Amino acid sequence: MADKLHFSLVAPEREVFSGEVDRVDAPGIEGDFGVLAGHAPFMTALREGRVTVVNGSTTRVFDVQGGFADVTPAGLTILAEHAVEAA
Amino acid sequence: MASLKEMRNRISSVKATQKITKAMQMVAAAKLRRSQDAAQNARPYAERMASVIANLAAGVSGDGAPKLLAGTGSDKRHLVVVAAADRGLAGGFTTSIVRAARERIGKLIAEGKDVKIITIGKKALAPLKRLYGDRIIQSYDLSAERTLTLSVAAPIAERIIEIYEAGETDVVTLFYSRFKSVVSQTPVGQQLIPAQVAGGGAPADLGGAAYEYEPSEEAILETLLPRNITVQVLSALLENMAGFYASQMTAMDNATRNAGDMIQGLTIQYNRTRQAQITKELIEIISGAEAL
Repeated sequence: MADKLHFSLVAPEREVFSGEVDRVDAPGIEGDFGVLAGHAPFMTALREGRVTVVNGSTTRVFDVQGGFADVTPAGLTILAEHAVEAA
Repeated sequence: MASLKEMRNRISSVKATQKITKAMQMVAAAKLRRSQDAAQNARPYAERMASVIANLAAGVSGDGAPKLLAGTGSDKRHLVVVAAADRGLAGGFTTSIVRAARERIGKLIAEGKDVKIITIGKKALAPLKRLYGDRIIQSYDLSAERTLTLSVAAPIAERIIEIYEAGETDVVTLFYSRFKSVVSQTPVGQQLIPAQVAGGGAPADLGGAAYEYEPSEEAILETLLPRNITVQVLSALLENMAGFYASQMTAMDNATRNAGDMIQGLTIQYNRTRQAQITKELIEIISGAEAL
């Protein structure tokens, strides 16, 4: 198994998710993208959509609205205006 | 000397006041816990935002930098935003914020700068209006807001940016009270525009790789900076809220204790007076009986 990716999803009111995951799919303003561990540094604005977090066999989905994704060697951080876990 | 009945009334009125201050103290304690959590939960977002901006600012330099980051190149005109409480009965909470703001404003005016003021919270308006009434360009009243969310902070931040972009100010400073602990809140003046990049936070180590931006670096920074101001305003309001309840709790605790002391003093005085009166009556009866 490859290295894990540190992912945190932060909304202004609270930190919605934080932890080590395998893969995150997010809706970038110029197209959806997936992030795995070791991704090149990358920053994009997000459009409204779903962020899918895959860790092993579990998948969690969050609805996000507006914000940014910031990929650094330390991991992925999504700063969203609104973020809630989709039912 | 006051009559016994007057003293009884006095004692019961102090007791009633004590009940009120005690209740207020407990309400403040409950609300403090909630607002403290809110302030703490909001911190990660603000911190991440700051570090993202620090990363970006390191890359964008010179003339290409947006004005919100680089400033207008002048510091003649200042906008001072003072955020305080909407309600009173919280000891010196508002006073200390207003004092800090007033010191800065006075200094700026003495230096010949042009100062404008925006107040947030009802209690900030009155003391500043007396001194600098003609400089206040807007005041916000948040007493109707039950919870502080981004939608409360957004209009304030938008207004600040609007004023800045219209070229009416060069430097924007926000005054609020930073919540350190229940017994310690310090008023601080934080510069919003031009954005201050956290000096200590070194940009993340990219391992030699270059950042890729979608869309462009400038476009991201241009949307990020206004949002950062909103976030800073929000976190200031949240810190204020926690500080307000902490301060109110302490003030009400003191008031309750003072009322207790007062009740004790009055009760002793009441008993002494009553005793003196009984003694006097006894003397009268005995000397009356002896005279027969």
